[in-house]
Amino acid sequence: MNAPLSQSPAIRTTCPYCGVGCGVLAAPDGRGGATITGDPKHPANFGRLCSKGSALAETLGLDNRVLYPMMRGADGTLARASWEAALDRVTGDLRRIVDRDGPAAVAFYLSGQLLTEDYYVANKLMKGFIGSSNVDTNSRLCMASSVAGHRRAFGADIVPGTYRDLDEADLIVLVGSNTAWCHPVLYQRMITARRKRGTKLVVIDPRRTATADEIDLFLPIAPGMDTALFCGLLAHLADSRALDYAYIDRYTRGFVEALARAREIAADVAATARTTGLKQSDVAEFFDLFRTTRRTVTCFSQGVNQSAQGTDKVSAIINVHLATGRIGRAGMGPFSLTGQPNAMGGREVGGLANQLAAHMGFTPAERDRVRRFWGAPRIATTEGLKAVDMFEAIERGTIKALWVMGTNPAVSMPRAGAVRAALRKLDLFVVSDNVCDTDTIEAGAHVVFPAAAWGEKDGTVTNSERRISRQRAFLPLPGEVRPDWWIVSEVARRLGFGIAFDYRSSADIFREHARLSAFENDGRRGFDIGALATLSNDGYAALDPIMWPAPAAKPPSERRHFASGVFFTADQRACFIAPEPPALRGATSTIYPLRLNTGRVRDQWHTMTRTGKSPRLAVHCAEPFVEIHPADAKVAGLTDGGFAAVATHYGSAILKVVIAPGQRRGSIFVPIHWSDATARFARVGELTGAPYDPVSGQPESKATPARVEPIAFAYRGFALTRDAIRPPPQSWFARLPIADGVALLFATNETPATWHSLARSLVPQDAELAEYVDEGRGVARIAAFRAGRLETCIFVGPAHRPPQWDVPRALFEVGVLGDRERRILLSGSSDDGTAETGPIICACFSVGLAEIRDAICSGRAMNVSDIGRLLRAGTNCGSCIPELRGILGRVAQTA
Amino acid sequence: MSEPLVIIGNGMAAARLCEELAQRALGRYAIAVIGKEPRLAYNRVLLSSVLAGDVSASDITVKPAGWWRDCGVTLCYGKSVTAVDVAKRTITLEDNKTLPFAKLVFATGSRPARLPIAGADLTGVLTFRDIADAETLMSTARRGAPAVVIGGGLLGIEAAHGLAQAGVEVTLVHLMDRLMERQLDFRAAAMLKRTVEAKGIQIELEATTEELVGKGHVEGVRLRDGRILPADTVVIAVGITPNAELARAANLAVHRGIVVDDGLATSAPDIFAIGECAEHRGVCYGLVEPANAQARVLAQRLAGCDVRYRGSINATNLKVSGVHVFSAGEFLGHAGTDSIVLSDAGLQTYRKLIIANDRLAGAVLFGDTSDANWYLELIHSGASIESIREHIVFGRSFVERKTRIDRAACARAGASDAGSSPRRPRTNGADAEVTGLQR
Repeated sequence: MNAPLSQSPAIRTTCPYCGVGCGVLAAPDGRGGATITGDPKHPANFGRLCSKGSALAETLGLDNRVLYPMMRGADGTLARASWEAALDRVTGDLRRIVDRDGPAAVAFYLSGQLLTEDYYVANKLMKGFIGSSNVDTNSRLCMASSVAGHRRAFGADIVPGTYRDLDEADLIVLVGSNTAWCHPVLYQRMITARRKRGTKLVVIDPRRTATADEIDLFLPIAPGMDTALFCGLLAHLADSRALDYAYIDRYTRGFVEALARAREIAADVAATARTTGLKQSDVAEFFDLFRTTRRTVTCFSQGVNQSAQGTDKVSAIINVHLATGRIGRAGMGPFSLTGQPNAMGGREVGGLANQLAAHMGFTPAERDRVRRFWGAPRIATTEGLKAVDMFEAIERGTIKALWVMGTNPAVSMPRAGAVRAALRKLDLFVVSDNVCDTDTIEAGAHVVFPAAAWGEKDGTVTNSERRISRQRAFLPLPGEVRPDWWIVSEVARRLGFGIAFDYRSSADIFREHARLSAFENDGRRGFDIGALATLSNDGYAALDPIMWPAPAAKPPSERRHFASGVFFTADQRACFIAPEPPALRGATSTIYPLRLNTGRVRDQWHTMTRTGKSPRLAVHCAEPFVEIHPADAKVAGLTDGGFAAVATHYGSAILKVVIAPGQRRGSIFVPIHWSDATARFARVGELTGAPYDPVSGQPESKATPARVEPIAFAYRGFALTRDAIRPPPQSWFARLPIADGVALLFATNETPATWHSLARSLVPQDAELAEYVDEGRGVARIAAFRAGRLETCIFVGPAHRPPQWDVPRALFEVGVLGDRERRILLSGSSDDGTAETGPIICACFSVGLAEIRDAICSGRAMNVSDIGRLLRAGTNCGSCIPELRGILGRVAQTA
Repeated sequence: MSEPLVIIGNGMAAARLCEELAQRALGRYAIAVIGKEPRLAYNRVLLSSVLAGDVSASDITVKPAGWWRDCGVTLCYGKSVTAVDVAKRTITLEDNKTLPFAKLVFATGSRPARLPIAGADLTGVLTFRDIADAETLMSTARRGAPAVVIGGGLLGIEAAHGLAQAGVEVTLVHLMDRLMERQLDFRAAAMLKRTVEAKGIQIELEATTEELVGKGHVEGVRLRDGRILPADTVVIAVGITPNAELARAANLAVHRGIVVDDGLATSAPDIFAIGECAEHRGVCYGLVEPANAQARVLAQRLAGCDVRYRGSINATNLKVSGVHVFSAGEFLGHAGTDSIVLSDAGLQTYRKLIIANDRLAGAVLFGDTSDANWYLELIHSGASIESIREHIVFGRSFVERKTRIDRAACARAGASDAGSSPRRPRTNGADAEVTGLQR
């Protein structure tokens, strides 16, 4: 439970998860922890936090942290090293590789989790001093198509609107975005607008997600066909004379070609319906809504971006807004919802292989300007390798040194299996991270640098609406941990670039970054924060959230872009883009008849290195799963709660089966979060492949041809232990945190006797063993106590009747049991029925399905607010409200 | 006029028979109880407590003298019966008095089995069967002197326990590979061994006694492996022999015990046998529950009811060396049976249930025997336990509560299916249906 209790003095900082960029108040408890609440003054969230943000306090523990530098020895294991030794090793190897193979043999792979200051220093070292542009980032997997779409249309990577538009719109169109789960605080803002001003919500998604639970129109579009829908819309608006020709004439070019292409792709409602697989009436309703609603915001995220035609999808969306002049005005505009807390900051500093720095590219003038500003001896001259190509170059052996900072490509890259193998070929493989057990480090990192984590690091991030917020330290740096910018600067200094990297604080770096944004800008570059270039250290420390641009000449204000043109193209006009006709790369076949879609779940973040520490967050989706339509499940012979092998051309995974009517026929969905550190055979990165967008370089993650088949395990079970254990090699498992321990949920063909002896081997000598064995039924349950405290609890039973873990888990978390509890522990159930809460629905207050159902069935709760009053569920972050509504609906249906 | 009913034997079986008769046929018989032991019937099960000094000999009397009087029973103890004349329907006492009977009941019990080895007749070699034995033991045993108990059955363990409590250095020698092998499986026996050892008793398993050594008084126990265990006292507790000599002399059918049918009748008319002296369907029981069951059946028959005794489930519910143990039925299991085991080393509890064809066939409980009677009932009834198999080992109250909760959940689900508001789960009468057993 995370009942927000105020405590002072709280430090204002920013949430490290999604791109909403919520303000957080962190009140340290003086024991390494903190009380976390939403910052009521932050304009992104006004005090609200989602389940992930609310559980931040549970992620602050030091248990699996990297606390000092480590180097891999001759025996293949990582061992503690001094900072001197680790830095010297990295510097020496870098120098040798650059001397021998040239700067192009070196690459940095950065992260949208880095602070702007960290990003800036890494980008500067590589592009200005090592002389390569091989700096890319996990934003490539996340935002690259939006960036490319913005740049193509606007001449700069600029989100035209602000969050305020969501409050002021009359129509919000969500494309490829499970906003309810991935940007819950913004979703709540949209729902509030819907209630207050009747804003209509339209969701366009192949899959019926929780976002579609409280909306006006759901369009279950065929995978990859978003471009057709928006082309059809453009044609329809043209045909119904709903375009803003004045705007088109004055501020844009390329309209005629774009409209002609749109007509080719989807000339009218009927053609649109045909191509997108939607009902004609639904398409017509959507077109009507759009045509008649001037205040329209179109929000899009990974469903649009993570596509081999992602940039064209973005363009098709932007085209419609340009053509209606619905851009840069209150309640209007295309709106890219960023996935990561600082993807935007990374884009600002130019931390991508196809940018140089500060919204500048590789023209001679730009190169020269940046070279002079940095005093750079060896400025990169051309674009570097984008993520997919970068890892392929490692595979080929042309890149020999890689430094990964704050991300986990061995899990998250497409073809993750091949990526993992490629990493072993590197001459120098450096990882800077918070945690020591990531798959990427396990993939053979030679040197591991202990990087500061959220709560320890200090700098700035920029959210989806261009708002720069301070992420402030509220905890001391533990062990020998250092900020990323310090680590990079130390390497730079050892490489002989000390003068250019003589930073004493993140404030030093931020000021330089701000100066570069304004350097010879004269309004030609959208990103200008010159007003912040002269911040004092105190000013930086106290900096309030501020939206860019913030040029030195003008007073800072919240600014929308492009209502009256002034684009950042050469002629200051926006460019309509004629998109390619939509076609999915990689056809389905009899071998791979389905489309694999991927995405997030509500309570986890990325590869779970941080959210994975929170017991509360773990229970919403405890195990990696594949969601499938009932009809497809029937064809494949899958049963709900059973297991399926999912295979693609690239690899395979084994996942729990969730049969969901909201899943599109012919499509399956797998979440992205699980890695070898948290599960076995469950990495979705193994399944997704090589195709990527030719413009943005962003890989296709939403439509990989795939097949599923049932996998039978004879037994299933769980192990609750105080320290993590490793199950037998062929057993499937998912690992998750519980209070004071670790849970392992497993499926296995090892007999219960094997688990029985494993359990016995785990138990310390001085422990007291308790056992329940029904060999005839294939049931074994073992508990070990030490000094009265439950230390280990392992249940295994036949797969068709798997043991339930709610009650044992609750008792394990209590630890010291009463006599009666101890006597019935191995029954796996309580005999008063109270502890059986069922799967957790509300993560903030740990409210389970059983309690909620009970409240509804008993007539005490008729609606969501009753449930909130009775059980508190849904009253903090609100992200479970769609589910609560779903439960109410289902109970009503059966009643 | 009342018929003369004579009961030979003044033990627990006789006492129970009188009690049952008093309830069912008071006044129908003129009952005489004739016993060799010179005292009122006492609870033999508690002898070890006497030995351990927990209770006095008088505390373990089954019924006070007044009770016997009220039941109309003539007690004649301290006298043995020397002969039975079946034809004349008389018995002869040691003082040559004869008594007539219309019905005669043998309840002569059993005596400790002898050990056919050299030295068994040395002084200091004792048995442990009656109060006299207990008193002898208490007076013989000296604090700090070594004693050896031969026999790892209940009595042997109790004797060892009692001696150890009295400060004697005790070694328990047992022929078999585990203690109480007729009642306990290996795990329960191993737990018992640890419990007994924790009392300071040394245990030698799979140890065959070759002879008892000493000159006049016993000095030691020589084992087959050649070791000699020093002993100032030796207690032999290697089983019991039914006291059937009198019956045999009267030409009744006798194998190991006095052979009785399902009506507990011997081979001679109007003569019956119950308790440890009787042999029913080839079995001589050495426990109190079958004797009680036999007494009950016989009393009913003597009261004119046609009931039958069909044998007892071999069930033991005891406190051994301070620990409760229970076993019943086929507690070892065999091919084709399943077992459910629940144990907790810390709580020193262990339960094993044997399931055959979805029915409870046997049980061993160690440490916590609170559900012994329930399991015994289930074994007796032969009800299917299929529906409660998952919970059965956790005991009756747990199963009942789970059943109530499940029913309530079903009722809720049913209610929402049927479109009505949830019903209250029916809780009264739950005992009758206890656990949803199918009979």
